[in-house]
Amino acid sequence: MIGISLNVNQHQYHIQVSPWVSLLDALRDHLKLTGTKKGCDHGQCGACTVLCDDRRILSCLTLAVMKNGANITTIEGISGENELHPLQQSFIDHDAFQCGYCTPGQICSAVSLLKEGKAKTREEVKELMSGNLCRCGANMGIIDAIMEVKERGLYE
Amino acid sequence: MNNFDYIRASDIDDALASLNTHDNGSFIAGGTNLIDLWKYNLLHPDLLIDINHLPGHHAIEEIEEGGVRLSAFLTNADTAYHPLIEERYPLLSKAILAGASAQIRNMATNGGNLLQRTRCYYFYDPDAPCNKRNPGSGCSALNGYNRIHAILGASENCIAVFPSDMCVALAALDAVVNVTGINGERNIRFEDFHRLPGDTPELDNNLKRGEIITSIDLPAKGFAKNYSYLKLRDRHSYAFALVSVATGMELDGDIIKEARIALGGVAHRPWRLKEAESFLQGKRADEHSFAAAADMMLEGAKGFKYNSFKIELAKKAIVRNGLMALDPHSQLPGAQPSA
Repeated sequence: MIGISLNVNQHQYHIQVSPWVSLLDALRDHLKLTGTKKGCDHGQCGACTVLCDDRRILSCLTLAVMKNGANITTIEGISGENELHPLQQSFIDHDAFQCGYCTPGQICSAVSLLKEGKAKTREEVKELMSGNLCRCGANMGIIDAIMEVKERGLYE
Repeated sequence: MNNFDYIRASDIDDALASLNTHDNGSFIAGGTNLIDLWKYNLLHPDLLIDINHLPGHHAIEEIEEGGVRLSAFLTNADTAYHPLIEERYPLLSKAILAGASAQIRNMATNGGNLLQRTRCYYFYDPDAPCNKRNPGSGCSALNGYNRIHAILGASENCIAVFPSDMCVALAALDAVVNVTGINGERNIRFEDFHRLPGDTPELDNNLKRGEIITSIDLPAKGFAKNYSYLKLRDRHSYAFALVSVATGMELDGDIIKEARIALGGVAHRPWRLKEAESFLQGKRADEHSFAAAADMMLEGAKGFKYNSFKIELAKKAIVRNGLMALDPHSQLPGAQPSA
């Protein structure tokens, strides 16, 4: 076991993990932050997307020990205490999910997309969200939700 | 999946020395392919040496003779969006952004991109014979479902393709790979880095055990005015190429002064044919010239049951991408064909 420190959603955690534990399993099983989902566990679906030092990454293909000392933000940490993040509200407004399983990953990915500022058009938003699959087929709603937040400048 | 030890290397020497402390140690950078291979039980490291925190190894800098050096430890995203790369090597930027997803590009490193393994389905299936995974066991793809497989340079032992997009552009740009090992440093021309399968398909490239890629050099010529990367695949985005093409040209009016064409998704390494590029010199940059070059590049191509379509697709892609390179800004996001 290796002792590591993770700052997750602005709380400092010190945990002991085996070297082969993924960041995803550390978040879910060690820290009991189960908002981040395990979909394929092979980097193909994006359900496990979290922000690491403000960049979106796949927590399933990351070892927890590799992120010793990093700042992680999960879906539990993106909004304030009593209010929704603009993207969360927009996802509700646009029916941007059905079963909801991909939603935490979609929203974390979209938070990062808007911060990166590389996507200017709807086509570019679609392209830069392609790492998050939605098996229910809510993709059009997802892109609508992101475009609304982007175009109204609700979050950058 | 097996258990393993983990250490964070403090510098290159520490990383190289640590490799010898275990029988089956491996370096880990982005880990986007390595962790997956381990989960599929294809890799069994007993030690992972984290090389993400080596001091002085995260830059993109100009080098002598007008070229640019990319750190091997920099992420694909940081490379693709770097102002020097966007401005001087937009072909490389485009190719990188055509690969994987935003999340993976934030993790995967330049060195790791060169070392990623094939995505042949049979390679990932431990129950299927595969000469690349288990030399001498046979090739399941040869008479199996081989839609994504090679049409050029394959052998009867292996028809897998190398899946990188970035490397197709690096091949077109004549990049040089700088490596360090216990016995010192060496430079490998990009065309000599990856191998054809031949009788030893278990070897993807000519990097030796105990060597580490430290950087990649791009020569001065970036073809920033006339370039295009076209990627054709089974879904619109986030899929490996069936066929991809990197084209860079230097033009004098509508006459080609110099052309580079590299293909991805068709062979065990990025595919170039110098004869086709020389043929284009002095020719008009039009459909007719590109079609003749395409015929040359695909001469001797051999399809299998499910991938013969790739031969015609590659020819058309070369022509299409040549025309797109005349107007790089016409291209839609994600290395799609121009509207």
